[in-house]
Amino acid sequence: MLKTFPAGGVHPPENKITAGTPIKYLPVPENVIIPVTQHIGAPASPTVSKGDSVRAGQIIAAGKGFVSANVHSSVSGKVNKIDHIIDSTGFKQTAVFIDVEGDEWVESIDRSSSILKETDLSPEDIIKKCLDSGIVGLGGATFPSHVKLTPVSGKHCEVLIINGVECEPFLTSDHRLMLEKGEEIIAGIRIMMKALQVKKAMIGIENNKPDAIANLTKLASAYCEISVHPLKVKYPQGAEKQLIRALIKREVPSGRLPLDVGAVVHNVGTVFAVYEAVQKNKPLFERVVTITGKYLSNPGNYFVRTGTPLRHLIAAAGGQPENTGKIVNGGPMMGKAIVNTDVPVVKGMSGVILFDEKESVRKTIEPCIRCAKCVSVCPLGLEPYLLMTLSERNLFEKAERERITDCMECGCCSFTCPANRPLLDYIRLGKSTVMKMIRERNIK
Amino acid sequence: MGSTVIITIITLSLLALASSVILYFVAQRFRVFEDPRIDEVQAILPAANCGGCGFAGCRNFAEALVKAETFEGLNCPVGGATVMNEAARILGKVAEVVDPTVAVLLCNGSPEFRPRTSRYNGASECRISHSLYLGDTDCSWGCLGDGDCVRSCSFGAMYMDPVTMLPVIIDDKCVSCGMCVKACPRHLIELRKRAKKDRKIYVACQNCDKGGPARRACKVACIGCGKCVKVCAFDAITMENNLAYIDAVKCTFCRKCVVECPTNSILEINFPPRKPKAEPQAEVAKV
Repeated sequence: MLKTFPAGGVHPPENKITAGTPIKYLPVPENVIIPVTQHIGAPASPTVSKGDSVRAGQIIAAGKGFVSANVHSSVSGKVNKIDHIIDSTGFKQTAVFIDVEGDEWVESIDRSSSILKETDLSPEDIIKKCLDSGIVGLGGATFPSHVKLTPVSGKHCEVLIINGVECEPFLTSDHRLMLEKGEEIIAGIRIMMKALQVKKAMIGIENNKPDAIANLTKLASAYCEISVHPLKVKYPQGAEKQLIRALIKREVPSGRLPLDVGAVVHNVGTVFAVYEAVQKNKPLFERVVTITGKYLSNPGNYFVRTGTPLRHLIAAAGGQPENTGKIVNGGPMMGKAIVNTDVPVVKGMSGVILFDEKESVRKTIEPCIRCAKCVSVCPLGLEPYLLMTLSERNLFEKAERERITDCMECGCCSFTCPANRPLLDYIRLGKSTVMKMIRERNIK
Repeated sequence: MGSTVIITIITLSLLALASSVILYFVAQRFRVFEDPRIDEVQAILPAANCGGCGFAGCRNFAEALVKAETFEGLNCPVGGATVMNEAARILGKVAEVVDPTVAVLLCNGSPEFRPRTSRYNGASECRISHSLYLGDTDCSWGCLGDGDCVRSCSFGAMYMDPVTMLPVIIDDKCVSCGMCVKACPRHLIELRKRAKKDRKIYVACQNCDKGGPARRACKVACIGCGKCVKVCAFDAITMENNLAYIDAVKCTFCRKCVVECPTNSILEINFPPRKPKAEPQAEVAKV
């Protein structure tokens, strides 16, 4: 019996079209647009100005405060302008426009393909390097990684959990990374274990990726402290709390962090980025992006420099099909539709999916029939139908008592609803309103 | 048999008598005194319970009126001066003179002027689409067109125009309760002073972007050029954040700014047609 989390979850059609496509390098575009804030937390502010020459790996925006991250140039060239753009979140933010000239990297970056397994850096130095390199969680949440690696007084970390679940349909970037960069990932895990000073690491991978499981099991067999765990295929297993429950059978209480149950979770993509930052001195300015869709002629996985406009990626995948109805950044369950193809690739973009007209249009909303399917699939044990109604009627105090803030917006309720009700739309609205209410109350 | 009935009647009557005596004293002891004027004032209020006065309902407002030292800041926008004067007469106070207002929409971005650049397919409520992204046009300030304001109006004074995809406010029905102002996530509805014949001159735009992007997003956007400020002889127009604002109290309806505006973002409503010879350039069609 494979491990999984007990409550709720769904199993949408997998559609992992690009699982067998090796990762290719996307050519560097002529100009890039690098948003200065690509993480959760305090926004970063640009450190370059118009006309400056930059090289790949050079810092162009500095994070402010502890929960923040630096942004580095992904190309060499000249800063054309600093202006507002609409980014992949759909909102305006500051971005640095760079005209590419050649491909010159900062000297300290090791561009050789040799694999450096050991490091003699101290935990503090490793964390410092992650901070300087602007490493954020590459699973999609983009939480600054150095924060999660920094020890918290009074809390003891027992196990490092590596998230190779990739439970979202369509996406295969982590899968390919585990296959092709396995050695680097194992080395990265050992670096992070050193930083966290833990004795045990567990890699959780869903059972629909047997080749990745076999590859990492083989590579991890050299180290008794790293173990690979196949998991039952179920969405949203890649969510932090669900993965912890599946692997070490501990439940993270509401409003608490994984560290409270002695675990720290990092995505495999982040592990690879940490490896590159620590061993190769390479800041995070490149990531694997899956470009996929049923009607694309050439879907695939690409190493893409951040700031590359999406249209380059789409062109590499065979161009935008005529019947495209929606382009989604991220997975189909939690991803967000983007407004145009000039949107740049950012650190948190794990995949881009092109849906056709028919796939992208929502079905007619019908009245709730009280079947409680949403209740049974909610991995957090909430009552989505109730939360939706409360948000719809502006009963936010009641929604708060019904724990609307625990919702992680996985979308299982909307996915499963036979009446096509927009449950998550309203829950998200309620959640943000309640969060605002709580913040205002705390200020008072 | 007969005695059972009699005993029952007597017992029950005694019980009823005892209870009524107890209840009488309890009622005397725990009597809640309520100012009779509250009922009186409530009776003259419109009973719309719209919340336009800032209180939960007409009863709450009546209580507040009775309790208040002066009527300062207290106004029933639905009832207007008539109701407030009547309430003042009952309570022996003086009602504040409050200019009647009417809701106006500060956006004129119909698809003709403001092309749609993306399509929104989520739950059709402005507050949801507003929290998700900048909207289905390039203007991140304008009307989202999902009708939260129309749903919030309890007087049937608003409807969505299917052609312009903008809400329309029916002046005669609008009581300026302000519910639509609160409902609009983009703050596009303003309560402006009601003028004679419901005439209005206002900048129908809230776009604070600079001229270029604003104009590209919408043909009738205020580009912040400041021409109207210069032409206004009454200091009624101010410019802030690339956006002109016309003070409805100072405005004398001379209509010079309307002609001056290069993007036609200043609207004149309920005016008679202009005389062509007096101002030749005014022939440009205005909404």
